[in-house]
Amino acid sequence: MLRFLIGGVMVSAFAVIGDLFEPKSFAGIFGAAPSVALATLALTISSKGRDYAAMELRSTILGAIAFLFYAYAVGWMLMKRHPPVLSVCLGFIVIWLAVAIGGWALWLR
Amino acid sequence: MVLIRIKPAAVKETRWYQYAIRFLLGGAITALAGIIAKEAGPVFGGLFLAFPAIFPAGATLIESHVQEEKQKKDEPGTRLARQAAGVDAIGASMGSVGLMLFSFWTWRFLPRENTAIVLIAATIIWFTASVLIWFTRRHLRIPLKWGER
Repeated sequence: MLRFLIGGVMVSAFAVIGDLFEPKSFAGIFGAAPSVALATLALTISSKGRDYAAMELRSTILGAIAFLFYAYAVGWMLMKRHPPVLSVCLGFIVIWLAVAIGGWALWLR
Repeated sequence: MVLIRIKPAAVKETRWYQYAIRFLLGGAITALAGIIAKEAGPVFGGLFLAFPAIFPAGATLIESHVQEEKQKKDEPGTRLARQAAGVDAIGASMGSVGLMLFSFWTWRFLPRENTAIVLIAATIIWFTASVLIWFTRRHLRIPLKWGER
């Protein structure tokens, strides 16, 4: 429950900061803020220690690479073909999963 | 020319349930990342600290705001609204490079340096790198290939 609350507050805070900025391409930076990582780290470090948390962060590098592919593909699709936003954002999650889990299977497992 | 503007009114445009959705999604993915790490180990669980859980909510919010703005002026706004969300996604791809550097820095220095300093420095690195990429693109006048906003 504590994890849920801290995560919710952290993600909302970064999202509100992002809302304040124009143009949209700059505000979009906050869509990839390390909000979940920061919320998780605070709890993980206190319960499992810093080495355990660092091990998680090594994999987060790969998760962020997957995010890059995902966000660029979403941007390309929305700007070129203009389909409904939610369907693209949810449908393209498979790109994130493929890159992240594929990379994990190849390099980290 | 002012490149970046702060628009406080944007916070008022967001409805309470839109904040609630982001809070719930953020809480859910943080809790889920913890469960995955517990069940599958930190190496697999760490991937999900960069899961784009909150991104769809933000992008659909932009779509609805732009559409509402256009409807007030009786102009067709669907296409423009989707393009605006697309531009936001390209911004997120720049932010994800900052997120890579955030993760790399924390992975390297967390085990042996002061936790608070490492995390504050990592957050500054994320922001600085993302903003530098954004400014570089602007400075070099590299267009967002499929339209600009």
